[in-house]
Amino acid sequence: MKHCEYQQIDPQALSTPTPTLPPQHAVVQEEKKGETARRKWEDFPGKNRFYCDGRIIVAQQSGVLPLTLGLILVTTVLFFVFDCPFLLKHLTVFIPAIGGVLFVFVVISLLQTSFTDPGILPRATPDEAADIEKQIDNSGSSTYRPPPRTKEVMINQQVVKLKYCFTCKMFRPPRTSHCSLCDNCVERFDHHCPWVGNCVGKRNYRFFYTFIVSLSFLTVFIFGCVATHLALRAQGGRGLMFALQESPASAVELVICFFSVWSILGLSGFHTYLVASNLTTNEDIKGSWSGKSGTEDTGNPYSYNNIITNCCSVLCGPMPPSLIDRRGFMPVEESSQTVATEIELAAKNEINVCTQGTKDLLESASRSPCPQTGKPQTVSTSCPDSIDPADPAVTFNPDVTPDPVAVPSLKCGGRHHSHTTSPPDEPRQLHHHHHHNRHHKTRSARSSSKRAALHISNPAYNVSLSPPTSPGLGPSHGTGAEEHVRDSFATLH
Amino acid sequence: EISAPWTFHNLQELRHSASLANKVFLQRDYSDGTTCRFQTKFPSELESRIERPLFEDTVKRLNIYYAEAEKMGGQSYLEGCLACATAYLIFLCMETRYEKVLKKIGRYIQEQNEKIYAPRGLLITDPIERGMRVIEISIYEDRGSSGSCSGSSSTSGSSAR
Repeated sequence: MKHCEYQQIDPQALSTPTPTLPPQHAVVQEEKKGETARRKWEDFPGKNRFYCDGRIIVAQQSGVLPLTLGLILVTTVLFFVFDCPFLLKHLTVFIPAIGGVLFVFVVISLLQTSFTDPGILPRATPDEAADIEKQIDNSGSSTYRPPPRTKEVMINQQVVKLKYCFTCKMFRPPRTSHCSLCDNCVERFDHHCPWVGNCVGKRNYRFFYTFIVSLSFLTVFIFGCVATHLALRAQGGRGLMFALQESPASAVELVICFFSVWSILGLSGFHTYLVASNLTTNEDIKGSWSGKSGTEDTGNPYSYNNIITNCCSVLCGPMPPSLIDRRGFMPVEESSQTVATEIELAAKNEINVCTQGTKDLLESASRSPCPQTGKPQTVSTSCPDSIDPADPAVTFNPDVTPDPVAVPSLKCGGRHHSHTTSPPDEPRQLHHHHHHNRHHKTRSARSSSKRAALHISNPAYNVSLSPPTSPGLGPSHGTGAEEHVRDSFATLH
Repeated sequence: EISAPWTFHNLQELRHSASLANKVFLQRDYSDGTTCRFQTKFPSELESRIERPLFEDTVKRLNIYYAEAEKMGGQSYLEGCLACATAYLIFLCMETRYEKVLKKIGRYIQEQNEKIYAPRGLLITDPIERGMRVIEISIYEDRGSSGSCSGSSSTSGSSAR
């Protein structure tokens, strides 16, 4: 299989630049380009979902983000409606002002954490994957199936092992980890936070930190103000019960704040420690640098050994750009030329295709309808029993499920058979997935009650321990919490 | 001297009249941590195509640019603190320094391709298009003389040149 995988990826055939297309083909391409130009987010291989035409990115399961937002909104609104008038009258105007500022900070940083690309690494192109395979073959000496591939590099005079990611087909850069929930490699992977509904990585760690710190302040602030309010009302020997009867909303706020302040303060403290020592949650949990593995070279090679420098580099460093280019357009030319070369490829290679490479080719072939109209043309040169290009049945329509397109190719010989059985399915799946993206509403409302009962004593562990939100999301997510946890821990290397 | 039987005058000509023979990938150099650097090792496939100093100069200059983008100094701290104070909303309106340097890098690569690499039948792909993992250098051959077909996946030096 490995040998087959390597051989099949033929860089020359794959990336031959656009051959001289017949003028008709070019015209058709021009006409279709406007309606079929897809943005890259539409074909994103990970499990993320996109909104606003690729501007907003979230994880597949939004986790408890609605609950988080709801709790914050409800508590703050109750605070402003029921407590602020009293406090405004009896104390100072700064109370609602400070509350307002904190609330705005909390919501903005929460939304930014949730909707920002955490530092997703795009998957390796087939050429790159082939090149890496080549290097591994050259340097490997074992004759049997090799164990998970690692590469060692020296970082600041310390040996660090880089692991090979089989999904993304590349050696992960240092501090990068593959998130099984999002099916992406994320740079400087911290953890996947269900409260926020996204991974926390290099690009959105500062937003996340701002969020939990400002939320701590907000929670403590509201708690303090409500307590003051009740105390003031209960003055003069009238008692707490009287105060509570007068302002029942305050009781709700007190309860919410009391139960959340410990976990949020704890989380803020924990992350402050992480920031000061330039660690990620992932590294801390696995004990990468604490010397557990017994090697003599311990110590974090990324730390500047200075708290201020560490803090500044993590929180105030330059903001790296998003590497996945969500809103860029899929190159239409390439997909047409890969279809043209796909025919050559099919002619050259055997039927035994067993990898992602051809699947990608097929996907791109099925996605771009215009080359299909050109296909009969090229087919007709080699196959006597060709289809009339003007035949409407031949024109490829992604919404039509039967496969008129497969037919001319099938006629061209059995060699094509294995390639063209899947295209009719692909666009359906893609279309459905597309549909799914656009119309999906968060499904976590059902599980929010479940989640509220979650034991929040150890927030650091809890954030990675949360079970999948809804059993309806598919078989892969229907497993129990423990299995999923083990799975995500296992892959969080 | 390197003999060049092809005469590509510009990138357009390169793309239309040449066929891709091979691709070389320059991997990242992590010896300095997670900052963006690329290995300057001269790949053997390029030995007959381009002079070593020219190549190394390009890669070193790219490394300098990336270091400049990721440099943590007064300006980046100021930018970071200002962003924090505005709840990071300025990222929506302002172009960060990193992005400005990336544009500079894009222009530099374009210029290098036009002046140095395309005339030698090579093409550098901007690393940002490959997720900053590799610098991809495509090796083109004149269509008429394209030799290796199925053997192009083999290692360097084996292709008929």
